[in-house]
Amino acid sequence: MSKNKKRSKRFYDYSLLFAIVFLTIFGLVMIYSASSYKAQLTYEGNGAYFMTRQGAIALGGFVIMIMVSKMDYHWYAGFSGLAILVSWALMIAVTLVGREVNGKKRWLGVGAVSFQPTELVKITVIVAMASLITRIGKDVDRPAGIVRAVLITIPLAGIVAANNLSSGIIIAGIGFVMMFVSSRKKLVYGGCVAFAGLAIAFAGPIGNFLTQIKLLKPYQMNRINVWLDPEAYPTTGGYQVLQGLYAIGSGGLFGKGLGESIQKLGFVPEAQNDMIFSIICEELGLFGAVSVILIFVFMIYRFMLIASNAPDLFGALIVVGVMAHIAIQVILNIAVVTNTIPNTGITLPFISYGGTSVLFLMIEMGMVLSVSNQIKLEK
Amino acid sequence: MNMNRNQSYHRGRIAVVCLLSCLLMLGLTGRLIFLMIFRSQHYSQMAEDLHQRERTIKAARGRILDRNGTVIATNRTVCTISVIHNQITDRDQVVKVLSETLGLAEEEVRKKVEKYSAREIVAVNVDKELGDKIRAFRLGGVKVDEDYKRYYPYGSLASKVLGFTGGDNQGIIGLEVMYEEWLKGANGLILTQADAAGVEIENAFEDRVEPAPGADLTISLDVNIQTYAQQAALKVMEEKEAKRVSVIVMNPQNGEVLAMVNVPEFDLNDPFTLNVEPEEGSGPSRQDLLNQMWRNPSINDTYEPGSTFKVITAAAGLEAGVVKLEDTFACPGFRIVEDRKIRCHKVGGHGGETFLQGVMNSCNPVFIDVGQRLGAERYYDYFTQFGLLGKTGIDLPGEASTIMHKKENIGLVELATISFGQSFQITPLQLITTASSIINGGNRVTPHFGIQAVSADKTRVHRFSYPVKQGIVSEDTSKTMRYVLEKVVSEGSGKKAYLPGYRIGGKTATSEKLPRSLKKYISSFMGFAPADDPQVIALITIDEPVGIYYGGTIAAPVIADLFDNILPYLGIEAEEEETVSAFRFYG
Repeated sequence: MSKNKKRSKRFYDYSLLFAIVFLTIFGLVMIYSASSYKAQLTYEGNGAYFMTRQGAIALGGFVIMIMVSKMDYHWYAGFSGLAILVSWALMIAVTLVGREVNGKKRWLGVGAVSFQPTELVKITVIVAMASLITRIGKDVDRPAGIVRAVLITIPLAGIVAANNLSSGIIIAGIGFVMMFVSSRKKLVYGGCVAFAGLAIAFAGPIGNFLTQIKLLKPYQMNRINVWLDPEAYPTTGGYQVLQGLYAIGSGGLFGKGLGESIQKLGFVPEAQNDMIFSIICEELGLFGAVSVILIFVFMIYRFMLIASNAPDLFGALIVVGVMAHIAIQVILNIAVVTNTIPNTGITLPFISYGGTSVLFLMIEMGMVLSVSNQIKLEK
Repeated sequence: MNMNRNQSYHRGRIAVVCLLSCLLMLGLTGRLIFLMIFRSQHYSQMAEDLHQRERTIKAARGRILDRNGTVIATNRTVCTISVIHNQITDRDQVVKVLSETLGLAEEEVRKKVEKYSAREIVAVNVDKELGDKIRAFRLGGVKVDEDYKRYYPYGSLASKVLGFTGGDNQGIIGLEVMYEEWLKGANGLILTQADAAGVEIENAFEDRVEPAPGADLTISLDVNIQTYAQQAALKVMEEKEAKRVSVIVMNPQNGEVLAMVNVPEFDLNDPFTLNVEPEEGSGPSRQDLLNQMWRNPSINDTYEPGSTFKVITAAAGLEAGVVKLEDTFACPGFRIVEDRKIRCHKVGGHGGETFLQGVMNSCNPVFIDVGQRLGAERYYDYFTQFGLLGKTGIDLPGEASTIMHKKENIGLVELATISFGQSFQITPLQLITTASSIINGGNRVTPHFGIQAVSADKTRVHRFSYPVKQGIVSEDTSKTMRYVLEKVVSEGSGKKAYLPGYRIGGKTATSEKLPRSLKKYISSFMGFAPADDPQVIALITIDEPVGIYYGGTIAAPVIADLFDNILPYLGIEAEEEETVSAFRFYG
């Protein structure tokens, strides 16, 4: 790239912006559909409770996103050290004084305001890793560099995983993908992927073994058993998975129509949250479900384009981190809902209900758009 | 070298990540296709099973008609008024309208209106008119559901025979329970979808299975005869301050029961209200009193029949050939059997008399002698042959069995008392059925009410049939018995049952209730007409009359009065004027 200081037109990825807006609004519609029954029961007839709440946060997040997208992304690279400290502080705080919901300490809050620090950890890892990798350069394939990368990612992923296994996996996954992109080695990474694939393929026997040597808790082993045959555990653990499958299966090709889901009427737990994809399947059918997947594919394609054309490695790695985040979360969520992997709580980006999630997603999108905005179009 | 360069191998790796993500999503799409196309039916079915709720539509219960087609049990449309908390728009208005229209206390209604529940029932069995009135207010959250309720147009008529139905329209006692399977019909179904809490989803697809109404039951009862018999029974119950009076009227040829009165009756439209004031203090519980009130003493209770049973002893004696009408007996006013002195009701004795006169006089020593001539074994065999040991098999629930000595325990004293109807117990129905069989030519009939069941659309008719056991006595014996019993009425102890112009046969009885020391009696009379070809037989039992208690004096005239009214109604005309005037002359 030449350092041509002539006025050059800057790129801004409006396609990605459109995809974000579309997914967010679609998410609001689906949240309303999936949650109005529960909202009416819980919030004295206010069926739009979840939707309005999510909508307000999404709107605020949108403004922040636009602001972030107009900033130079190099500016916040300097904050990565601070971000790691804050992340650690918040994660320790949430472990000690976090609000317990369903037996898991995931919320940190004062009064009515509460948020999930794990979302901040994800963004921290993306920025910190991008910053680290650009700094260490070729050390990325040397033990010293790998150790530094692992030291940033794994301890944070570990403390997150203590209360939220799936978020821990996502964080580790983000770090792994970013390392993979910047590395020149193939075998190690290929080996890791192959190992993960085998672990899933032989989850039953492996789980049994791990339970026997007390590494896996019985409730976790139970999840593996449920995954292998959900209909054998309709009330003990398999309920959520099975209800999700009922919803997906009753969707058929074109679904029952928007708003016509019956499974959302108290049958599918967390219908507006982790399980919202099953409601999309029931109401909009295979057609709607594949459309949603295609929009995510489109989004990932845009990430790839931006990352490939990013003015520098730092920008590219930020986009790669975000891409890894979105891709892993979408794949894991749909895999859980369709009972392709054992059940673990994971939300569908942009669509599932969750204020912290949507806010930080918007910030991440702002970062990606900001990278796109630095791409110079040569005349 | 600038470490911060986005190099081509980076782009390659980014493309690999993108490709891998897309492949995984493709894989998940494949999984979705599998679930939503190939497993769709499986999961839809499981989901539907989970969502579907059944709501029954009550089937209309079949009506009960008397032998002439008069409706005596039918259905009335009633309303259930309920409130749905969530849909109420104006609470005060709802409370005001409901409490005023239904005559309920305002606080009571308010409590239900303000209770947070899916559906709260405010009132049941509300008249359709009131229900329509409430519906006309068009109040939000107030539901008026129509339903069937059993209705008995004649109120208390034949209450213990017909029986009544419970909350689910199921028969509780009487014919209503006996013919439950015919009357009840099949409930319909509304299949709807419900949410996880079981609340029906509005506008969801509904599947309907129409209810099949129950069959109409025609019974042998005749409302007119029943009404008249009831009036006569009530009259004598009042006059004699009796506890209870029962009247059974039946056709001795086929066992069809024309009337079965047990006063005091109770109101079938309000069967849970006692027909007598419960005694203060530690009396029997309310449920016991209700059960007592619903009891049909004609078939549920046994008694010592007393002299009416002499009909059976006489028939057995004649059939066995141990006695003839002209055989002579001597009655000194008592008979000594083993170490017991058994008295005749006539203290001075009837003196010398033929068997015929003995029956006419209802003379105990004569029947003791006939019994002894038969011997315990043979007497017991006839008792069995006449069908007295079993139940009659009437189509009413809870028929009581005969309480009889064991064969080996019947000594001479027991045999003597059995001969004139004491020391064992049978139901009034058993007595009248056995008597019918003796006078109808020897065919043991099964008393019954049910004649036919006709499906609601009139396409299917089921006629009920009942067993008849032939030849329990010979035609000769039967004929002799008719003659003898006619004599009892025309010239003997049953004179008060005599009706000018009619040939009436009959037998009186006065049974002493147990324990004898209480001096309580059951007066009874059994009569039939015409004596030469019996078409109708009637038995009245008056429980604990006060004052004169002789069956011949107080029970016989009631049957005479009844026959006077129902014989012409049944098409049995009085014979020639001449005979009538002749008897008037004598009367």
